[in-house]
Amino acid sequence: MPNDPAFLALAGVAKRYGGAVALRDVSFSAGRGSIHAILGENGAGKSTLMKILAGAVAADCGSVTLDGRPLRLDGPAAALREGIVCIFQELSIIPDLTVAENICLADPPRRRIGTIDRGAQRRRARAVLDALGCGSGLDVRARCADLPLAKRQIVEIAKALARRPRVLILDEATSALSAEDAERVMRHLRRLREEGVCVLFISHRMHEVDALADTCSVFRNGEHVATFPAGSRTHDEIVRLMIGRSIAHVYPPKPERPPPAEPYLRVRGLARDGVLKGIDLDVRPGEIVGLGGLDGQGQRELLLALAGVLRGTTGDVRIGTAAGLPSGPRAAGGPGRRIALIPEDRKTEGLFLGLSVAANLSFAALDRLSRCGIVDTDAERALVAGLAGRLAVKAPDRDAPVATLSGGNQQKVVLGKWLATEPKLLLLMDPTRGIDVGTKQEIYRLMRDLAAAGVAILFHSTDYDELIGLCDRVLVLYDGRVAARLSGAEITEEAIVASALNLRPAASAAGSRRPHREALA
Amino acid sequence: MIPALRLLVRHNDRALAAWALLLALLLLFLSIHPRGASGGVLAAWANQGVALAFVAVGQTIVVLTRGIDLSAGAILALCNCAASALVRGDPAEVALGIAAVCLIGAACGALNGLIVVRGRIQPIVATLATGAILSGVALLVRPTPGGSVDDRLADALTGTVGGVVPVSLLLLAVLVAAIWGPVRASLTGRTILAVGSAEPAAYMSGLPVDRAKVAAYALAGLFAAFGGLFLGFQTLSGDPSVGASYTLNSVAAVVLGGTALAGGAGSVAGSIAGALVLRTVGSLIFFTGLDPMAQPLFEGAVLLVAVALGAGRLLRIRNRLEVFR
Repeated sequence: MPNDPAFLALAGVAKRYGGAVALRDVSFSAGRGSIHAILGENGAGKSTLMKILAGAVAADCGSVTLDGRPLRLDGPAAALREGIVCIFQELSIIPDLTVAENICLADPPRRRIGTIDRGAQRRRARAVLDALGCGSGLDVRARCADLPLAKRQIVEIAKALARRPRVLILDEATSALSAEDAERVMRHLRRLREEGVCVLFISHRMHEVDALADTCSVFRNGEHVATFPAGSRTHDEIVRLMIGRSIAHVYPPKPERPPPAEPYLRVRGLARDGVLKGIDLDVRPGEIVGLGGLDGQGQRELLLALAGVLRGTTGDVRIGTAAGLPSGPRAAGGPGRRIALIPEDRKTEGLFLGLSVAANLSFAALDRLSRCGIVDTDAERALVAGLAGRLAVKAPDRDAPVATLSGGNQQKVVLGKWLATEPKLLLLMDPTRGIDVGTKQEIYRLMRDLAAAGVAILFHSTDYDELIGLCDRVLVLYDGRVAARLSGAEITEEAIVASALNLRPAASAAGSRRPHREALA
Repeated sequence: MIPALRLLVRHNDRALAAWALLLALLLLFLSIHPRGASGGVLAAWANQGVALAFVAVGQTIVVLTRGIDLSAGAILALCNCAASALVRGDPAEVALGIAAVCLIGAACGALNGLIVVRGRIQPIVATLATGAILSGVALLVRPTPGGSVDDRLADALTGTVGGVVPVSLLLLAVLVAAIWGPVRASLTGRTILAVGSAEPAAYMSGLPVDRAKVAAYALAGLFAAFGGLFLGFQTLSGDPSVGASYTLNSVAAVVLGGTALAGGAGSVAGSIAGALVLRTVGSLIFFTGLDPMAQPLFEGAVLLVAVALGAGRLLRIRNRLEVFR
């Protein structure tokens, strides 16, 4: 059957990570010779689905069949043997090997005695790149680490094609390509469709989906909610399918009007090669400004740049009384700027897991607790007791290693560590990811109290619900630019999701989207 | 298109630098040697360095996977002691003995690999422990230095070909080319490099990661066995306490030869040069009349200068990672 609509079929697939449900009873099928777009907002379960198919994670239950045969996907090698090839967003190329070696990585042309035929390998790599049409100017003998990101992404795509896939999965695989190369890749994907390959395609670029997909499936909250022929629904309808979560959290009330103070943080034209493309933003004392958008649109880089972690960032920045970006996190926390950054990954960037709760809480404030370089342990104890009480950290005792605490209490320790420095500008990177509802509410309450005490807060969240419930204003980033500035009643789920996809928002919020450049003029 | 030769130089610049340093030191050594440049002097010089070069070759293969083998010296000592008991008698017995010693080395290495892969224990801890165990076994085999090794074969292997080329160097080149050459060109060899360069990517690409790691440690054991055997031919006896200095010197040789301890990039050829450089520094000190006690000082200084010269590039690499974080 050339167009078997259930060539690849999943039945009852589910996956949880600890308490969090990533996929819930997903049944889904894709046909041979089709390009099938997978749509959904952050955390909808798309990536987990792809990882299960690629053998990178094992499903808790359910079955996967390919061409009528049940598969056992117990590792990437097993998936590849079945002809399921994944092009990941995080590249899977080996930096120290050459382009040709990477393209022919796991199945290089070999001589009879088993050694790799390097000449044949170069020719095969060349042939794959030529078939793709993107290979001109790419030396197959070059080391991949020496190539720019766009070229490495082409190598990643060529590497997948060299496997002659039966099922090809692209997870945001063209995000770094030039428009011409992306067009060539799309043309090649259509050719593969003619040849009977089943292509699964995750993209946040709706114009790519429109141009390429013949079928679309929408995921929401780990569930497969709809599958329909491409073009049969409008963008508004698709956005409505993607949203529709229930509001599960209680947020502290927002103040009537944000206080009309001078901005504590003022950023104009912040840029960083290819990731940030000219961002303007202001944050006033007492204000919680949300940063939304799909993953990887520059939110992370924006906050890291403000904390002085990223070198090579340009733009006109004023923080408090200090001009320019801080030279590093130590300078960022210093008396001129008083910035605290709550990092994305609390286990590696936020905490010293093996050390005690008390030690973790006082680390950032040791400068102010020291006299002549000696830490005043009485002052330290008082500070720790104050913070632990204020944040209601639940720990067996304050000398217990922080690793023994629950995720929510660990996050409270990270927050407490920075509150000890009495910051004027608080940068938060998805601080409620993976923590329980009760602790989330305590953190919302704390953020609102801090704002009321005059702290300027810039808050990145992947959860739209939080942006709506907590923030006074929301900036939605798309491709390193501010795609929308929303405030007050304009902050709706429709407006945020539509801006995140860089679409015109639905009629109700039509007035809220302004062109990015002149918005602050 | 860049000419193939220039690419070859660009991808092996640090190994080439190590060879250039070696050549300079060797010329200096031959010029100050009281007996001048002769085949005999050259053979004596090579014999000093070949055992360490063998161990360094094995160490390189492990380091390429982003591992480290702290049992290399212990395997060398054990194999040296085994050689002093097994490699003697009639030619058939000698051949059998050599094969047995090689097997012992490879088996010890494979054990390291299995512990690292199956036990998921960090290489530094796993090989530290096996190294202590194997040192103990070597002491059981031969509590004090002694035994004997077939001296006709020993003479042949430590002499010269045609009075000019040291046999030991030929032996080193032939064994490395015959064993590491094919492995390097196989899927296993490529996986060894891939694992050191980006292990998650190697796993996601369906490469045989576990097999490659075990193979790397087994090869390291085999090359340490060659080192122990050659030491036996050089000294005609076995010594259980000879290993300690070889472990750290082999790591130093790997670094000198331009292989990154972070894995993924480097070459055994560079490590051979690194090992011979370290030994040449020792010989130079002997013949210039400096206090031999100062040898570690000079070896350390050479290592530090060489590594510092390569550090500018490291800074560049770190910045590039920063760009893509």
